[in-house]
Amino acid sequence: MSSHGGQPEEGSQAKAEAKPETQKPVEIPPLEKGIIEKITERFGDKIKFVYAKPKRIRFNVKTEDVMDFAKFLHDEVGFDQPISVAGVDYPKENIIEVVYHIGCCTKPEYTSSVFAFALRLPRDNPKTPTLIPVYRGVEYHEREAFEMLGVIFEGHPRLEKLLLPEDWADIPPLRKDFNIKGR
Amino acid sequence: MGLPPSMQVEESEEGRILTISVGPQHPGSGHFRLVVKVDGDIIVGADPDPGYVHRGEEKMCEYRNYIQNIPHLERPMIADSCGILYPFCLGVEDIANIPVPERAKYIRVILAELNRCIFELYWLGIYGIFLGHSTMFMWPMGDRELLIDLAEAATGARVTHAYFVPGGVRNDLPENFKERAIRQLDYFKHRLDQYKDIFYNNPLFLDRTKGVGVLSAQDAINLGVTGPVLRASGVKHDIRKIEPYDVYDQLDFEAYSMNSGDSYARAYIPLLEMYESINIIKQCLEKMPSGSVRTKLGPNPRGAAGESFKRVEAGRGELAYYLVSDGTPKPYRVKLSVPSFRQIPAMPHLLKGAKLADMPAIYWSLNYWPVEADR
Amino acid sequence: MLKDLVNPSTFNVLVGKLEDVLVKAVEKPLGYAINWGRLWSLWPVHLETACCSLEFGAASGPRYDVERFGIIEAFGSLRQCDLVVVQGTVTRKMAPRLRMVYDQMPEPKYVIAMGACAITGGLYFDSYNVLPGIDGIIPVDVYVPGCPPRPETLIQGTMLLQEKIKRSRFR
Repeated sequence: MSSHGGQPEEGSQAKAEAKPETQKPVEIPPLEKGIIEKITERFGDKIKFVYAKPKRIRFNVKTEDVMDFAKFLHDEVGFDQPISVAGVDYPKENIIEVVYHIGCCTKPEYTSSVFAFALRLPRDNPKTPTLIPVYRGVEYHEREAFEMLGVIFEGHPRLEKLLLPEDWADIPPLRKDFNIKGR
Repeated sequence: MGLPPSMQVEESEEGRILTISVGPQHPGSGHFRLVVKVDGDIIVGADPDPGYVHRGEEKMCEYRNYIQNIPHLERPMIADSCGILYPFCLGVEDIANIPVPERAKYIRVILAELNRCIFELYWLGIYGIFLGHSTMFMWPMGDRELLIDLAEAATGARVTHAYFVPGGVRNDLPENFKERAIRQLDYFKHRLDQYKDIFYNNPLFLDRTKGVGVLSAQDAINLGVTGPVLRASGVKHDIRKIEPYDVYDQLDFEAYSMNSGDSYARAYIPLLEMYESINIIKQCLEKMPSGSVRTKLGPNPRGAAGESFKRVEAGRGELAYYLVSDGTPKPYRVKLSVPSFRQIPAMPHLLKGAKLADMPAIYWSLNYWPVEADR
Repeated sequence: MLKDLVNPSTFNVLVGKLEDVLVKAVEKPLGYAINWGRLWSLWPVHLETACCSLEFGAASGPRYDVERFGIIEAFGSLRQCDLVVVQGTVTRKMAPRLRMVYDQMPEPKYVIAMGACAITGGLYFDSYNVLPGIDGIIPVDVYVPGCPPRPETLIQGTMLLQEKIKRSRFR
């Protein structure tokens, strides 16, 4: 396909920002290219493209735009099934990442793909709006991310301990500065 | 005619509602607490309280390397231990670029389907006893032992096999496995027909589960439920069909779905899946090539920095692992997305407005295993 | 002649001999009967703590039938059970509930610690939420090792408990 001109270079540039070693441009499969074009057309450079492997796409989004982005993803693009919400702690960059993985159940061409979008939050004040109005199923996942990493989801109806004991008095356990005793 | 003086009390709206804690020590709940608010006999609110078996699996993964992680990652669901290790092995093979021999892929599919049957029979047994059908507890428990014998002959352990490793499986199947398996599976199929007679066509079971706890397709997708619960509401979403892994794309099987969305459909689909498992195992035993079953790895296998997201259809639904690696032999972050945790939002949604006596039928039909949900 | 027999010096000897006769004739057989009744009807509380509960369920199945030992999972209240089988890992959230359940059971009660996690913390020894064994909160009678123990091992554990009850004084 000769119309590869714009997208892969943009992709490889974004990839080059993330991984300075690899310089050769990576071809993006056509299905994912369609999804990426739809999204970049609407949002432009408010979001950052990270990678597109076969059936896996990932973008980085800011907290101000995440609600619009989620609504667009749910209504226009068609990814409607929340799979998981993972929090990852990067103390070296002083960032906590919250990665949402969304799958698709209704559109047959997208059902095998998983769309991931991530929010990079500052480590000392991780706050982001909750996505329950768009995806109802993330309620308990966000509650778990709150208790395990300390991320505050504004607008969540009930941010309390879910899996940890009620009298947990230590820092959130999945942070990297929480060390298991004896290890 | 008024009430006798002993019955004349002030009744307020608040006073009518009673909060019951169906706690961890209860024949009907397992290792899980469900706090329900009832108004007479109707449930007006339910609040699930998991966390009684939270053992910190995800934190422990960061202190062990990829091979050391295998024994403890299979404990959340010991009966379906191959299913819960499958996406981990696929993810590590993706990150570290480990090739898998063909014979190993077939053996993996056989064990995964055997484990699916072993778990579904346990689930069916407990469902029987929740609804008061004690024969339906004894029969699946007995038939399960025959399948566990097969798994034990292949792997060496009854339940926690620790058989899948990144790069294949640990050892080859024994000599007479194929004949023995075909004999057991034929007997098992005959037993499944008998289960249909005594349980699924039983008028009491039909009364207690038909039309009870109806989940619409739109709600099912939005709440994020998965597996037989999703397929019972009319959404044809089976990972083995839509994103085939290992050799599922070369096998010929069906993924069932029903349209009613009630507890009966959620209980009937696992039975149909067990029939298909027998079919799949027989096909694999026919088609399996010979060869090695494991890629030899060096000590401390590691991959480049990156991430991987792999998913698999386990007995209860879609199991996914999100692995982040930073180039060292130990993973940086392992996130398990287990089907039981995703089924939790459906509980308050379905229990609202139901009668208190229907609670076991609805709760257990959601295929919720508390140890797995807590990780 | 009776006056000769029952006088202050021989009274103690008589009472001692009477006690011997009573112990041999009444307490030993009575104790044996009571212990026999107890050890062949151990009713476990329906409390599942972690993954070993699957093997306990399999032990109640038709192949490794524990019901022939009298162990029926009594679905009644826990006030009529006398055995707690702690099946597997006890987390910090479950520990107060386990103690509460143990306190509510009537005497005499027995505890079997099933699985490596209930004995010393097992595979999860370095987890932030797991107790290193349950000896710290309830007194254990029999330890059944394994991860998970085979149902036959669990039955051997209950037979050891039966030996222990047989040898003990009835209370």
